[in-house]
Amino acid sequence: MMPDLGKYADAVLSSYAVSLVLLALIVWLSLRRSKRIKSDLEEVERKVKSNG
Amino acid sequence: MSLNSLWEYANPKKFIQTTDRVLPWVAWSAALTLVVGLVWGFFFTPDDYRQGSTVKIIYLHVPAALMAINAWMMMLVTSLVWIVRRHHVSALAARAAAPVGMIMTVIALLTGAIWGQPMWGTWWAWDPRLTSFLILFLFYLGYIALWEAIENDDTAADLTSILCLVGSVFALLSRYAVNFWNQGLHQGASLSLDKEENVADVFWYPLLVAMAGFVLLFIALVLMRTRTEIRARRMRALLARERMGA
Amino acid sequence: MRDIRLAMRAGGGFGLGLSFFLIVVVLVPFGVGPQSALLSKIAPGILWLGALLACLLSLDRIFALDWEDGSLDLLATSPLPMEGIVSVKALAHWLTTGLPLVLVAPVLGVLLNLPEAGFLWLTLSLALGTPALSVIGTFGAALTVGLKRGGLLLSLLVLPLYVPTLIFGAEMARRGAEGFDITTPLLLLAGITCGTIALLPFASAAVLRVNLR
Repeated sequence: MMPDLGKYADAVLSSYAVSLVLLALIVWLSLRRSKRIKSDLEEVERKVKSNG
Repeated sequence: MSLNSLWEYANPKKFIQTTDRVLPWVAWSAALTLVVGLVWGFFFTPDDYRQGSTVKIIYLHVPAALMAINAWMMMLVTSLVWIVRRHHVSALAARAAAPVGMIMTVIALLTGAIWGQPMWGTWWAWDPRLTSFLILFLFYLGYIALWEAIENDDTAADLTSILCLVGSVFALLSRYAVNFWNQGLHQGASLSLDKEENVADVFWYPLLVAMAGFVLLFIALVLMRTRTEIRARRMRALLARERMGA
Repeated sequence: MRDIRLAMRAGGGFGLGLSFFLIVVVLVPFGVGPQSALLSKIAPGILWLGALLACLLSLDRIFALDWEDGSLDLLATSPLPMEGIVSVKALAHWLTTGLPLVLVAPVLGVLLNLPEAGFLWLTLSLALGTPALSVIGTFGAALTVGLKRGGLLLSLLVLPLYVPTLIFGAEMARRGAEGFDITTPLLLLAGITCGTIALLPFASAAVLRVNLR
């Protein structure tokens, strides 16, 4: 159920869209880097252990 | 909690262990609060009699602006801690917070512009508050660029900490300079945060929830990103040691 | 004192910064049109911006040559404290870049139809403000001294720091040109310059020590 936004619907909807996209972007980037670094580190630690 | 035990979290291992337990709670409560605040604000608040439905934008604009400034404050504090006590976690937390703060600044600027278009009839005015946020954005850019540019972790932490201190002083100076340069013409009293008493309760409570949601989201993101930076640092150290040994 | 002479020699380009300033000022009318009323209105701002950019242009050379040939390490071990070295470097930069800019600014003011009342205040505001630009710039140069792609980063770091100086300096020149009272921006500009000269060398020296580690 959409509230009636009147003549300012564009402004309200676009600002919510822009903000949510940006927030999702930073969350996604942080999560992706977190996962990647975590697996990289595990690999490096394994390699170091087997070497030494 | 005594001050002594607070410093224990400066130990990277301890930090990772503790945040392992804490992070899911913070993340889920951030998501919950944010959804509640924004849904409340978007669907269940009346229109303002002067601003119509654009009043709904404050549930994004004000919390984002709040966090844009608080993120810089947090970076200032953690930079000081790094300079004084040389805890790596502190420096890495500052590094982790900067991109989040920059995104918050961008959200505040964009929602402000979108709100300004119907309300003031222009996307952008060289109003002191807007200008200060633009300058804050430039400071974030420079700070992040400096972190990226320096290879050695400790050097980067030292240099960015000092830049953060000096930058804070100049950011404050700029705030006053900009005020002097163009005395503010606007910021409608009905929604300025400084004038809480003018904000009716129907707008104020969902705004509070939304602000809490942004704060929690910020904390969750910074914790997660700090963990990432700690791991990245450890990885670089291991790789360097291996190269030396080989 | 040897440092000043050395730095003068190293800083070299008297001419380059000045030519840049001249070109910026000449290009502005091509960009905004030749109406003299408009030009005289924006003249103080253009002159300030031009001086600021010309200043920025020569910043990366403050430490670069000394860094490359290793004499920066020598200077660091000399009896002179690091804060002193940094201040001397900033002074040398001001003498080679800031001072000439101040001296030619009135001449370029003629090109832009600067109102007669403005000449004195423009020159004075630049004379007051450019030392701050040099000192702030030295801080930026110290931050980026060892970096390969330092030049662009240096601009990104230094320009936001220039904001207060630019605002007060240009405001003072503008008010002077339009015949208003200039006391407030003059005092604030002088305050910024004194403050940066007194405090920023400590930050620059700390940064330089980190970079030489």
